[in-house]
Amino acid sequence: MSAKVTLNATVNGNAREDSVEPRMLLVHYLRDLIGLTGTHIGCDTSSCGACTCLVDGEAVKSCTVLAVQTEGAEVTTIEGIGRDGDLHPLQQAFWDEHGLQCGFCTPGMIMTAVDLLSRNPNPSAEEVRKGIEGNLCRCTGYHNIVKAVQSAAGKAA
Amino acid sequence: MEAATETENPAGNGFVGQSVRRKEDPRFITGTGRYVDDISVPGVLHMAVVRSTEAHATILSIDVGEALAHPGVEAVYTADDLEFGSGIPMVWAPPEVEIKTPDHMPLKSGEVKCVGDPVAVVIGSDKYGVVDAAELVIVEYEPKEAIVDPEAALEDGSALVWDQFGTNKTHEWAVSGGDIDAALGEADVVLEHRIANHRIAGAPIETRGAMVEPRGDTLTLTTSTQIPHITRFILSGVVGISEDHLRVIAPDVGGGFGAKLNTCVEEAILCAAARKLGRPIKWIETRTDNMAYTHHGRDQVAYITMGAKSDGTVTGVKARVVSDLGAYFQILTPFIAELGFPVAGGCYKFSAIDLHFTGVFTNKFATDAIRGAGRPEMTHWVEIMMDRLGRELDMDPIEIRRKNFIPKEEFPYETPLGIVYDSGDYQGTLDKLLENFDLDAFRAEQSGLRETGIHRGVGFSTYTEVCGLAPSRAVGPQGVGLQAAFWESATVRVHPSGSATVYSGASPHGQGLDTSYAQIAADRLGIDMAQVEVLHGDTNQGPFGWGTYGSRSLSVGGEAIARASERVQDKAKKICAAMLEAAPEDIELAGGEFRVKGQPDKTMTMAEIAGAAHIPPQELPAEIEPGLEESAFYDPENFVFPFGAHACVAEVDVETGKVRVVRWVAVDDCGPAINPMLIDGQVHGGVTQGIGQALYEQVVYDSEGQLVTGSFVDYAIPTAAELPDFETDRTETPSPVNSLGVKGVGEAGTIAASPAVVNAVIDALRPLGVDYIDMPLTPMRVWQAIEAAREGGSGPAKTEQGTELGEHGQGASGSGPAGPDEGGAS
Repeated sequence: MSAKVTLNATVNGNAREDSVEPRMLLVHYLRDLIGLTGTHIGCDTSSCGACTCLVDGEAVKSCTVLAVQTEGAEVTTIEGIGRDGDLHPLQQAFWDEHGLQCGFCTPGMIMTAVDLLSRNPNPSAEEVRKGIEGNLCRCTGYHNIVKAVQSAAGKAA
Repeated sequence: MEAATETENPAGNGFVGQSVRRKEDPRFITGTGRYVDDISVPGVLHMAVVRSTEAHATILSIDVGEALAHPGVEAVYTADDLEFGSGIPMVWAPPEVEIKTPDHMPLKSGEVKCVGDPVAVVIGSDKYGVVDAAELVIVEYEPKEAIVDPEAALEDGSALVWDQFGTNKTHEWAVSGGDIDAALGEADVVLEHRIANHRIAGAPIETRGAMVEPRGDTLTLTTSTQIPHITRFILSGVVGISEDHLRVIAPDVGGGFGAKLNTCVEEAILCAAARKLGRPIKWIETRTDNMAYTHHGRDQVAYITMGAKSDGTVTGVKARVVSDLGAYFQILTPFIAELGFPVAGGCYKFSAIDLHFTGVFTNKFATDAIRGAGRPEMTHWVEIMMDRLGRELDMDPIEIRRKNFIPKEEFPYETPLGIVYDSGDYQGTLDKLLENFDLDAFRAEQSGLRETGIHRGVGFSTYTEVCGLAPSRAVGPQGVGLQAAFWESATVRVHPSGSATVYSGASPHGQGLDTSYAQIAADRLGIDMAQVEVLHGDTNQGPFGWGTYGSRSLSVGGEAIARASERVQDKAKKICAAMLEAAPEDIELAGGEFRVKGQPDKTMTMAEIAGAAHIPPQELPAEIEPGLEESAFYDPENFVFPFGAHACVAEVDVETGKVRVVRWVAVDDCGPAINPMLIDGQVHGGVTQGIGQALYEQVVYDSEGQLVTGSFVDYAIPTAAELPDFETDRTETPSPVNSLGVKGVGEAGTIAASPAVVNAVIDALRPLGVDYIDMPLTPMRVWQAIEAAREGGSGPAKTEQGTELGEHGQGASGSGPAGPDEGGAS
């Protein structure tokens, strides 16, 4: 354990000042310190992408980022893009297209797709598949995830 | 594919059969699901497990002093510190068969038998601190010889995993029907073949994990499990606590695939530690621990003998199966290979079937049920052999299958093993598959591509599987000998306002059963499915139930819900009749209303009836009790046997050996659809898991028993970039076993998929002289098979089961070099 340091970051639009261990992972900062448990942990080796969130709009695997690396940054999690009754187009599309089963990979998958669509608003199926290959889903075989991302394309502002 | 629809249809009629969007999704898409690691209580401590780094060793000493002194650490426990009533029990006791069953105590003492064995736990206030402290526990081992090759382990003079048994053989079990010697004797051609089905992991994206909370003299265990009620029953014995003092909750569960169909040592350790410390404790498995100490699946070698007449009629099949069970038994370990026996004949009319199974101890972790559990292994060799037989007799893979299909007129069909297939139309699914696939067009394309150096092949798999576990009389103590029963429970409670809560004893974890259960109940209650809440996975809510696995939760669990709902409907009709002064038999439910037949103005809604049931506005007849709640306990008369036909198109880069699945066409029949969208989703995921095994995934231990594939870096589950879209379709042949006519579909895709992939690759490579390759078809194995064939060899590459990484191992880690011809058919 080492001395804590101060971290200033904006999480889902809220400016925060927290005291964290320098070694604390971003995913634990989000989950354990702030209580945003929608960002999940699946593998510990940045292979599965269940922990994906956005840092300054770019998708990162938060199990491989230190919380202190987000100093001064804007962090966005699944809880920050929409809520029941006011869903993000990708959240709506995953629901409509049956793009999830157990739901565990879903937040990370959606956040990766948010990043993908921000860079490529109308991806081909092939581009979607390449774009989400860093996110593992064990339930769906990805078929309906690809459909969901394509269906949300153009609707995602 | 049918798109999801809104739930806007009139209340109470016709939800069943529609692709309704899932009720469970709003929480998952917004990050408000509650998996076990998302749940906490004040003062919760964290637990880290100190695990064996040795595959087989004597523990000389364990020094916990430094770990105990680490800041924030509350306790370090070894086997000496916690008391257990027993180890994890194994529940198969087949009549007249001895199964050598070692103790599987939660914390190991004396010797460790595989990498990952828990030798100590560290409990403390800081999640990072307990991991730091676990590294300070010093364990001194005296290594012993590791036993890793199951066939070598059976040889005289092999070192032993368990000295007290004097052998590494766990048990033998056999079943046969028909006269196999006569069947093979009258055959014009007899094929012999060795087929390995390697060790894989279920690898749900959420690992295992649990939190225990002691309150007074009771414990509440929240655990990522497929079987909360069974877990309470088993843990009560292991931990030594009365069932009524132990509550088990399965919260949202991030995938199971069989990997969470177990009661685990860590759950037992948590309970014992919490009783000793009086504090809540949470343990979340790391992925590395998951790969090492969550049970694996498959891992068998089958020696097959198949005889046929020259016209393609199979006369009989014999299999000698050796299963690598690892060092311990989880609850079903020795039974899993055998579980596939009912479908050893596939969808074919074989006159004789003769099966013999041998289990073997090795210094690896236990195998147990992983998606399909015994049926993928059985189906794999049946479908591989049908293709080989076709090649031997110069018959097309379609022709050889059609020749041997059980005709639909012969259902219910009793196999030589005495199993009764409930219903089927195998020609029908194959016809539809070929309509959707167009084999002639493919063959034309295939030969054209071949001229340009592109090697594509098509592989077929026509399967039937046995699921809907299970008729208790068939699999329980009086049947094959499981010390369990497999009925399912449901309670349907209509609230005073007319909405309803359905409790199921099943424990869905991604299948979408909250939705399909609501569809079934809503239709029978005459209410909107939006008004039906589905609850499960809590031993303090609803009756005992047997959980979710074996593609049972619709055909057994759903039927229980249908029955309980119909009992509620019957009572509702009586109340309605009393209120409307009519006879109960004159009340009908239609268009979301209960009404007197022939009197359209005399109607009541369920809300009105429910109100009257709880707060009667007039006196009800004395024989009608107040309230509106019914339960059902349904034990099926038989299994159900879904079936289908799958076609895989695979392309092989012959320069690198890399295989890519480029097309998948499937026609499945699981009876009348409750929700077609959910069926497609199950097929997509199931097929993907089968493709994963066929091409990428393998749990590999090296010759020292060290686990090589300890993370997702080394254990390659398929990504989106490796897969095609899936072209799914259905036929609907009702099962006579349950009133819904439904069969299971959760495992069907996995069962169908692996032989289709292998058959496709062989179809692509046959012109090069490649006749067979054991899974996983990694680039190295495929390339070596091609090279061996070019050098004049032609037969299959013999592989050792998960013993060594090949020197060119990459990604999914093929094991063992492609050796010389071991005796292929050519």
